[in-house]
Amino acid sequence: MNKTSFGLPIKARRIIAYVVLVLISVMCLIWFYLLFVNSSRSNASVSSGVAFLPSNQFGTNIKNVMNDSSVPLLKGLLNSFIVAALNATFSVYFSTMTAYAIHVYDFKGKQAIFTFILMIMMIPTQVTVLGFLKWIDTLRELNKSIVSIFSGMGGFYTVLRSFAKGGNYADYVWLILPGIAAPVTFYYLKQYMESALPLSLVEAARIDGSSEIRTFNEISLPLMRPAIAVQAIFAFVASWNNYFVPSHILIDSPKTVPILLAMLRSADYQNFDMGKIYMSIFIAIFPVIVVYLILSKNIVGGIAVGSVKG
Amino acid sequence: MKKFGKVVATAMSATMLAGMLAGCGGATEAKYEYVPTMSNDGKVLNVYAWNTEFIERFTAYYPGYEAANADDVTAGGKIGDVTVKFTIVPSDDNAYQDNLDQHLAKQADADADDKIDLFLVEADYALKYVDNNNTLAMADLGVDTMGDQYQYTKDVVTDRYGNVKGSSWQGCPGALIYSAEIAEAVLGTSDPAEVQAYVKDWTTFQSTAATVAESGYLMTATANDTYRVFSNNVTSKWVVDGKINVDENIKTWVEMSKAMVDAGQTGTDDLWSPAWSAGFAADGNVFCYFGPAWLIDFCMNAHSEDDADYGTSRADNGDWRVTAGPQGFYWGGTWVCAANGTDNADLVGDIIKTMTTDDDVLAKIIEEKNDFVNDSALIQKYSTDANFGSKILGGQNPLPIFADKLSSVDLSNITGYDQGCNEEFQKAMKGYFDGNYATYDDALKAFYQAVTTKYPAVKAPK
Amino acid sequence: MAANDKKSTNNKRAVNYNKWGYIFLIPFFVAFILYNLIPLGMTVYYSFFEKYFDAGTGTWSSVQFVGFSNYIKLFYDGYEFDPRIFKYLLNTIIMWVLGFIPQIVVSLVLAQWFSDNRLKIRGSRFFKTVIYLPNLIMASAFAMLFSALFDKTGPISSLLFDKLHWINAALDFTKSVGLARFLVAFMNFLMWFGNTTILLMAGIMGIDESLYEAAEVDGANSIQRFTRITLPLLKPILIYVVITSLIGGIQMYDVPQILTNGSGDPVTKTTTLIMYLNQILVSKNYGVGGALSVILFLITGGLSLVVYNFMYSKKSKEKS
Repeated sequence: MNKTSFGLPIKARRIIAYVVLVLISVMCLIWFYLLFVNSSRSNASVSSGVAFLPSNQFGTNIKNVMNDSSVPLLKGLLNSFIVAALNATFSVYFSTMTAYAIHVYDFKGKQAIFTFILMIMMIPTQVTVLGFLKWIDTLRELNKSIVSIFSGMGGFYTVLRSFAKGGNYADYVWLILPGIAAPVTFYYLKQYMESALPLSLVEAARIDGSSEIRTFNEISLPLMRPAIAVQAIFAFVASWNNYFVPSHILIDSPKTVPILLAMLRSADYQNFDMGKIYMSIFIAIFPVIVVYLILSKNIVGGIAVGSVKG
Repeated sequence: MKKFGKVVATAMSATMLAGMLAGCGGATEAKYEYVPTMSNDGKVLNVYAWNTEFIERFTAYYPGYEAANADDVTAGGKIGDVTVKFTIVPSDDNAYQDNLDQHLAKQADADADDKIDLFLVEADYALKYVDNNNTLAMADLGVDTMGDQYQYTKDVVTDRYGNVKGSSWQGCPGALIYSAEIAEAVLGTSDPAEVQAYVKDWTTFQSTAATVAESGYLMTATANDTYRVFSNNVTSKWVVDGKINVDENIKTWVEMSKAMVDAGQTGTDDLWSPAWSAGFAADGNVFCYFGPAWLIDFCMNAHSEDDADYGTSRADNGDWRVTAGPQGFYWGGTWVCAANGTDNADLVGDIIKTMTTDDDVLAKIIEEKNDFVNDSALIQKYSTDANFGSKILGGQNPLPIFADKLSSVDLSNITGYDQGCNEEFQKAMKGYFDGNYATYDDALKAFYQAVTTKYPAVKAPK
Repeated sequence: MAANDKKSTNNKRAVNYNKWGYIFLIPFFVAFILYNLIPLGMTVYYSFFEKYFDAGTGTWSSVQFVGFSNYIKLFYDGYEFDPRIFKYLLNTIIMWVLGFIPQIVVSLVLAQWFSDNRLKIRGSRFFKTVIYLPNLIMASAFAMLFSALFDKTGPISSLLFDKLHWINAALDFTKSVGLARFLVAFMNFLMWFGNTTILLMAGIMGIDESLYEAAEVDGANSIQRFTRITLPLLKPILIYVVITSLIGGIQMYDVPQILTNGSGDPVTKTTTLIMYLNQILVSKNYGVGGALSVILFLITGGLSLVVYNFMYSKKSKEKS
């Protein structure tokens, strides 16, 4: 596009930009519209092809989604929210901390560690999933107190248990804590930190007598806000949509949304209902959109503020 | 993205590692000695299923059942002071079996409230649960399945010692379902008996296909429509001595289908794909489908009358008719088994007895749910009942036609590998029909690779 | 500038502080060891044992040490060489490249437009928000809509074929290899170009505005400003984008898996490496699955070395 705008007057460039942007927006938004249309159609109608106008089965589909204890969507939304919010929080907080360690301090082996993290960034998660599940299985065999020590989060575990009230939420630990070691998030924050966090600021804080932890939490973290918001969205969405690993871990635990949707999709002819599936998807993407809109304010408006020139 | 019954292809790997997590729980003993254990002190009745088909019938017709939520059958309920709990896991990717295996392995040590009492199985893998100590013999529960049940439904759940260890309320015989409108236009008649003459065997079927195609219609939506009919009538097993074996009848299907695809008489799409179901539309151009009663009732896009799209499918207009077709076959079916170690033995026995052998309940099921019930006397009775016509079939009563070829259903060549072999074979042959594989042998090689990946214990022949 | 800052902290007093570098690294490494390193070790361990489930009889094989036999099985099917790993690697790379090129081009253009003060795009906030939205739909839901839209009986096919007569046969992505690969690439593009644009935008916003002003005074046009200022200064973020996209590309799984119902149709030309791994794991063949995992690890490890060396040499050049 840019080549075609070479040397063009600003007005022509603007027109091209608007046309392209509108086309792209349509391409991005049409899916939401189609989702809405399909969630208002009966199974028989959806099976007979694409439609661009809504039908009259919206209420029926909502009723069908709500009246199905075998696929508890509302509870699933809450479960997914817990996993995604905690995973994203752990991921961005500890990744910033890791990036901070590399960026601010000079210590022996620093370059080696940085290289190492970059290397492990390339390992696909699926490659270790077999061993991961076997490892969890091993840990499950140990008694619960040992599990909580291993996961390093005794108190957290108890909170989850008490929240559960009958449901077994202990396995959620396996979905949340691995977020702490997120090399990709770390790498982005490290890159951003180089331009956004001048070391002189840290120095100044030290002179004021601030402890290292306080400097990190109260001075550095806020400066990183736009970058953290970006990565928080990425982590939240990735976790919200994650299916592969949770489907193997949450065998006897309350299910998250993608697993419930897969259950609906794999129902056989007796229970298979495309209208209900699309309605469930329609309901399921709502929370993510809300979280995104909240955080995106931070990105869209915040990037300029955050881009302190190094 | 449609995932039905057995044509299911993997969308995502639901519980691929569940078996590993369970350790070696699913092992079947080489020899087994049947040792029934049961008691009657249970407070919770646990029912494992992959859909709500049985649950809907059970909750509606079992006397004394009180639902917890009238709008939601899956919410469970109570029978007297026993709580009824349903666990539903879809059958995709083996998820249902994996979950069942895991819990059956723990059955002896499970808390009383977690012990499985009833579970459902399909024909494909029934032996895996029946021919060992996972299940109880019907005789030990006081259920007499001998009655008027169809023989094949008993064969599916009989162990090596002749114990019948499950029971079903339904049979799923298939037939040829054709459009009356297209039959009238092409063959000049829509009468089932007369149309049958045009599809009485595969040679006639193929020449009729040419006639149908000349008028601009497809004989079948896809080559896969006829596959099940051929694969149900094989004379050898898919796996012989640990090696893959392609039956002559399956090869016949390949030859016939390749010719029909090349002549434009049929397509190569998957069952359940939009191109396949396009023939269900009121202006669809597909002459016939093959299937059992449930395909007509649930899958041919019949709309409810309050639906804005009512009238847009042949089913709405009552345009389908049923005739026997070239060969008999069956598709689907659900069997109820009692788990060994149940703590509600008397209740379990009574439920199986009532739901699968009681004439009054079966009569209600056939009248209200339209199932082809597993009771030859009842079927006989309703076959001659003029009031028992189907709206989708323009008032035709399909029962006599479905019942006609049921006795020819032969299950002696079933193996545990059939589901995967059938799936992969159709996938590979689609490549051949489409011309993406140059020769049958190329497609066969891809098929061997896929099967040996799916079943590590099976080897390719050479 | 950053380098100068670092030097200034390198005084005696700072030595006391630097132990905090290790302390701040503890959570990462504890989590890494627990959730990545040990599982990786266990995967390697399993790759030397035979263990599989025979679904036909419902029994597990005996567990026994078999050395490298699981690795050999992946390349030799008992009769002849089995080229599937290489075929699937090629599929993965083709589909990644097909999606990545438009993604990086469109993202760069959009990021440039959004941050171009002279262009003054009205409603840019709206557009910025919208481009990331496709990523919010689950891949499974997206693929369902996509396959309905691009189905041979769907609206796109009937528009191009029946109405406009631009093509001479209905679009059928279960039959045409090119179309199937294009759809996978297109879906990946739609899902990820917003993400890339956001990252690039953050990078471009960080570039000092006065550089552009100076360039304009010198008479540079928009293309020159882009190639001479934006691109060089954007390099760290661009490298990040290329690397993360490459990682994502190697891991490509959900889009082709769902679009083709796991079959990799037509004729396994859209099967990716991870889909292959998934097939083996679904059939509960843990020994061979472990072996394939290790091979994938080696492939990605090799790639990461190459990329890292490339980055490192660029970086050191910049500094010197």
